[in-house]
Amino acid sequence: MSAAATTENKPAAPAIEKIKVKVDGREIEVPRLIADWSGKLTPTTMIQACELAKTEVPHYCWHPKLPVVGNCRMCLVEFGTPALGPDRKPVLNPDGTPKIAKSPRPAISCATPVSPGMEIYTKTPAVKQMREGVLESLLINHPLDCPICDQAGECKLQEYSVDYGQSASRFVEAKVHKPKAVDLGPRIMLDAERCILCTRCIRFTRDIAGDDALGIINRGSYNTIATFPGAPFDNNYTLNTVDVCPVGALTSKDFRFQMRAWFLKETKSVCTSCATGCNILIGSREEKIYRYTPRDNDAVNASWMCDAGRLNYKWIGRADRLQDVWVRGQKSSWPAAIRELADKLKQAPAGSVAIIASARQTNEELWLLAKLKARLGALSDAIPREGESDKLLVSADRNPNTNGARLTGICFTEMGINLVKIADGIASGKIKTLIVFGENIVKRAVAHDKLRERETISEVVDEHGITAELLGKLDALIVSDILPNETTRLAHFVLPGAAPAEKRGTFTSGKGRVQKFMKAVEAPGVARAEWEFLQELVHHVTGQNNGLTVESLFNQMAREVAAFNGLTWQALGDTGVTVQI
Amino acid sequence: MSFQATPQLEAEVNELISHYPVKRAASLMVLHAIQEQFGWISQEAVQWTAKKLDLQPINVFEILTFYPMLRQEPQGKYQIKVCRTLSCALGGAYELHHHFCAKLGLDAHKHGPQTTSDGKFTVEFVECLASCGTAPVMMVGEKFYEGVSHAKADEIMGGCK
Amino acid sequence: MAQEYKLILKHADEPGYTPDMECYLRHGGYQALKKALALPVKDLPDGKKLSGPEQIREDVKVSGLRGRGGAGFSCGLKWSFVDRKSGKPIYLICNADESEPGTFKDRQIIHKDPHQLIEGMIISCFANDVKLAYIYIRGEMPEGARILNQALKEARAKNFLGKNILGTGYDLEMHVHRGAGAYICGEETGLIESLEGKRPYPRIKPPYFPAILGLWMCPTIVNNVETLCNVKHIVTLSGAEFAKLGTPNNTGTRIVSLSGQVKRPGYYEIEVGKATLGELINDPKFGGGLREGRRLKAIIPGGSSSKVLKAGEKFKLKKKDAEGKEILVETDVLDLPYDFDSLAQAGTMSGSSAIIVMDDSVDIVGALANLSEFYAHESCGQCTPCREGSLWMNRTLQRLTHGEGRRQDADYLGKIADNIPGGRTICAFGEACSWPVQSFLAKFKDEFVAKGAADEARRAQSISGAAAGTSVAPVAPH
Ligand SMILES: Cc1cc2nc3c(=O)[nH]c(=O)nc-3n(C[C@H](O)[C@H](O)[C@H](O)COP(=O)(O)O)c2cc1C
Ligand code: SF4
Ligand code: SF4
Ligand code: SF4
Ligand code: FES
Ligand code: FES
Repeated sequence: MSAAATTENKPAAPAIEKIKVKVDGREIEVPRLIADWSGKLTPTTMIQACELAKTEVPHYCWHPKLPVVGNCRMCLVEFGTPALGPDRKPVLNPDGTPKIAKSPRPAISCATPVSPGMEIYTKTPAVKQMREGVLESLLINHPLDCPICDQAGECKLQEYSVDYGQSASRFVEAKVHKPKAVDLGPRIMLDAERCILCTRCIRFTRDIAGDDALGIINRGSYNTIATFPGAPFDNNYTLNTVDVCPVGALTSKDFRFQMRAWFLKETKSVCTSCATGCNILIGSREEKIYRYTPRDNDAVNASWMCDAGRLNYKWIGRADRLQDVWVRGQKSSWPAAIRELADKLKQAPAGSVAIIASARQTNEELWLLAKLKARLGALSDAIPREGESDKLLVSADRNPNTNGARLTGICFTEMGINLVKIADGIASGKIKTLIVFGENIVKRAVAHDKLRERETISEVVDEHGITAELLGKLDALIVSDILPNETTRLAHFVLPGAAPAEKRGTFTSGKGRVQKFMKAVEAPGVARAEWEFLQELVHHVTGQNNGLTVESLFNQMAREVAAFNGLTWQALGDTGVTVQI
Repeated sequence: MSFQATPQLEAEVNELISHYPVKRAASLMVLHAIQEQFGWISQEAVQWTAKKLDLQPINVFEILTFYPMLRQEPQGKYQIKVCRTLSCALGGAYELHHHFCAKLGLDAHKHGPQTTSDGKFTVEFVECLASCGTAPVMMVGEKFYEGVSHAKADEIMGGCK
Repeated sequence: MAQEYKLILKHADEPGYTPDMECYLRHGGYQALKKALALPVKDLPDGKKLSGPEQIREDVKVSGLRGRGGAGFSCGLKWSFVDRKSGKPIYLICNADESEPGTFKDRQIIHKDPHQLIEGMIISCFANDVKLAYIYIRGEMPEGARILNQALKEARAKNFLGKNILGTGYDLEMHVHRGAGAYICGEETGLIESLEGKRPYPRIKPPYFPAILGLWMCPTIVNNVETLCNVKHIVTLSGAEFAKLGTPNNTGTRIVSLSGQVKRPGYYEIEVGKATLGELINDPKFGGGLREGRRLKAIIPGGSSSKVLKAGEKFKLKKKDAEGKEILVETDVLDLPYDFDSLAQAGTMSGSSAIIVMDDSVDIVGALANLSEFYAHESCGQCTPCREGSLWMNRTLQRLTHGEGRRQDADYLGKIADNIPGGRTICAFGEACSWPVQSFLAKFKDEFVAKGAADEARRAQSISGAAAGTSVAPVAPH
């Protein structure tokens, strides 16, 4: 199996020779070689040249991130190459231009390499006729149930039929019937009648996910996508097959029949379920999130994401979200709470405050917390979150912003080693105020003395000694979180925060990719983006003004934090920038 | 039921695998070997084959379902394959197929192999058997018959005990 | 006067000739191999040296041998494309899938003279530095597979195969691989995939030309049984002598499979181009003519995939006149010399050299429906136009032969067929399945229209369509 193609940490590629070709009469220069799905340099194909020339060639089976199979025949084009005389020299037209010998046969543009001087014709009557023919063939056994199809609006069959098809089918024969609702696995349904047998799903799971679980059974017109009977299609990447499926044959059980795709607003964001930071689109409508889908980023996730990350959004819409500001068990307001907190913190003796942040917070938020830390002489740390990594995308680090926490100085290289000190400080009465962001610290606490028996630090980081009992000793427990939990229930101050989908900000991925994400939906109630109230708090406590927008905060942070020097919010673009970590 | 490979089959399969630098290439030959011994290829046999060849079961299932000679369920004791294609059809293959079906109580218009209720015969129309000059032709099991008249057909059936 | 010329089948049908090694050796077997292995390095006038294998390859080019599998591509040229610099092993596969309807010539060689094939293969392997070769035989020839396995065993025992063959230091192993009922395994890249243990989906070319990226992505030669047998005779005779057989550019002999409605169906080996279609059908030495009272209607000249020829059709054939000038000569279909080039000029092909003869008792629509069913059954289904088109054509034709025709079906059918060939599909099956339809329609359109019209008329009188023509056999029972 091969990992997703990324441009990450690659040595500078050697300069690639350019060649000139013509696409529909327009001359362009294209590189002779282009990285294929596996990252290997291979001869540039016609379809790639056409893409570079901004000429659309309709295609089904071709996918830039998958091996080429050339089975759908939708991308057929006509072409010519410079004619050679008997002396193997180019034959010239009277005007001195090279004479082009048009090939008598068409070629699939997805698999045919370009050569110098080649002319590609994508708009001739013959090409048009071939496309119509392929479309007509694909439609003859297709159920044409677009009105109830989940892919409607994102279906290449629908789209190309409008763009390249002919209006009426001549087909009068009985259609081939195939299974309509096949349970392929826990997350995927197959409608074999809608399938156009492009094999993208097979190639994805075999060549990208490394799970050779899908195949085609039977023969000819009866060909059908299938798993081996009794072997469900179940790996952590199955839902990508829904994305690569050009028609509505594969559907996500999670998204099926939920919402028409064209009603969804799509917001550029980043997955927060591990340190990889897969780029995603959040599909939402009327402040409700319906799905996550991967967004291309060759430096991070190619075009993929894992199923676990993709489905990890439901909690955002939970009814029991924290929606109000609470101060000592009473509903309060942001101005009142922030004022009281600022006063409290300003008066706190050095070293009497500790901060436990979350590596799920954004760079900006962590940086603002670091400012408080500096002003208060506070101990700080964050909570590590470990799982198993895999060969494709998933990182063992299940925090999206461990590097942000490190680079902003919230924690040390080894996250969690300060937790023992913080527990000690609370136990000894030195630490009176604890600020906790986005972590239900009580959940993983182990009784203090028991923890002492553990030998190594690394055991301690996962389980710390900050128990509910210990928290009871504090004068002030200030907690910001999104969902209620044991820690928020113990808190004196509860500050309702926003899910990443509800705010803007940046994360620094496990590989040092600084990536921004946009706001898809509104936070419920008075819940606010943490950076918003944190910058108010920092302003009140330190007197600094770091800006009122996430852009200005980021730009200021970039000036102050060495690793981010030189970055600007704008320069991050949609796919981020890699920094030295 | 679970699939039990006999030592003899194991040995045969190991020999077959040795014919190829890549194990997977032995798939088709292994399936033939299994079918020769058991008469058909069960899902368990597919799993066994996949394991033997370091493949996923779907890899084997994909080819099992492609080739009509490979069977996914038990077949009649005698498998009659009548060539259907043009030269044989010109030589009376349809009538011959009809003759078998009529004699054995099968439906001549049905597609695919059909087995008699007593499990003795499976009758099937197949494509050109590469003996078009002696049409109509047919096979019973691995035996080949040429220029089959209806009388000869009866004789062949009679010979199937 | 045309006559048989037995080169490949010289001994096969002699009384007492058996497929075993002893018999083959008694008839001069493996002498060509010995000669090939012993070829001394040859000094060329320009100072270059030609090794034995290079000399054989050269000689195969000189012989003009064209592939006997269907496409008629120059064997010498095919071998010259083999990537010999890749450092990867080179494989050779004998295509013994013989599945093109109408064809039954390879069967004769395999069953009756397997050692001839094996000798031809060993020489071809030696010539191409092949160390491992396969014979891909169709699944429906279990007896053939057994005979070949036995022959291979005998050849190993005599050290014609195995390590250090006859002390020359050359190693070669060879195995039989059986198909399981799929015409598409005859297409060389489908065959390769099948051999690799995958679904026999033909590969896209580019990039997967067998000579460069064939079996296991290594350079691979795929040749037909008869082609490989010919290599033995080229070594025996020399390329130049071989080229004297047959006609220019159509050298050697071919085994013609003759079937359908002639008195003497069977296989006949002729010098290529030295007999006409008419002679093959009517000459008492060959087909012996049609059955009493019957007239010729149509000829499928090169296996079911070739375009049909109609009785009485005339073609303009290029010929050289007395002064060597090229002229066009009007030629009746029966006077077409049976070779690659003449049939190509007649808009069809000699393909697998299988002639299917149809007389005037044949229902032409039924005959096409029969072939169409074959193609619908055999399409691998990988690429769109063929997968859907082959079934669509068949459904239409079955409707037409079951009394449900329409007047416009001939045009309808033609449009479907036109969407398949001409490079739109991955492999030549696209052409194979659409050419019969296109050519039947082009030449017998009136019969298709009449059938549709009759069905319409009958339906208009609300007579059940099933009342007529339920038989799907292309001929009325006789
Ligand atoms: C659909 C299809 C089926 C074919 N079947 C056969 C076959 O059964 N036997 C054969 O020798 N060649 C067959 N061929 C031709 C092979 O692809 C290939 O050209 C041939 O084996 C090359 O051998 P030759 O050059 O010796 O003729 C078939 C081709 C196609 C497109
Ligand atoms: S299910 Fe979708 S991706 Fe898979 S082969 Fe069918 S159309 Fe292609
Ligand atoms: S790999 Fe990580 S970042 Fe990517 S989708 Fe999965 S959990 Fe999210
Ligand atoms: S043309 Fe037909 S047989 Fe050939 S690859 Fe395409 S679907 Fe398969
Ligand atoms: S995109 Fe399917 S053949 Fe090129
Ligand atoms: S058509 Fe029956 S053997 Fe060829």
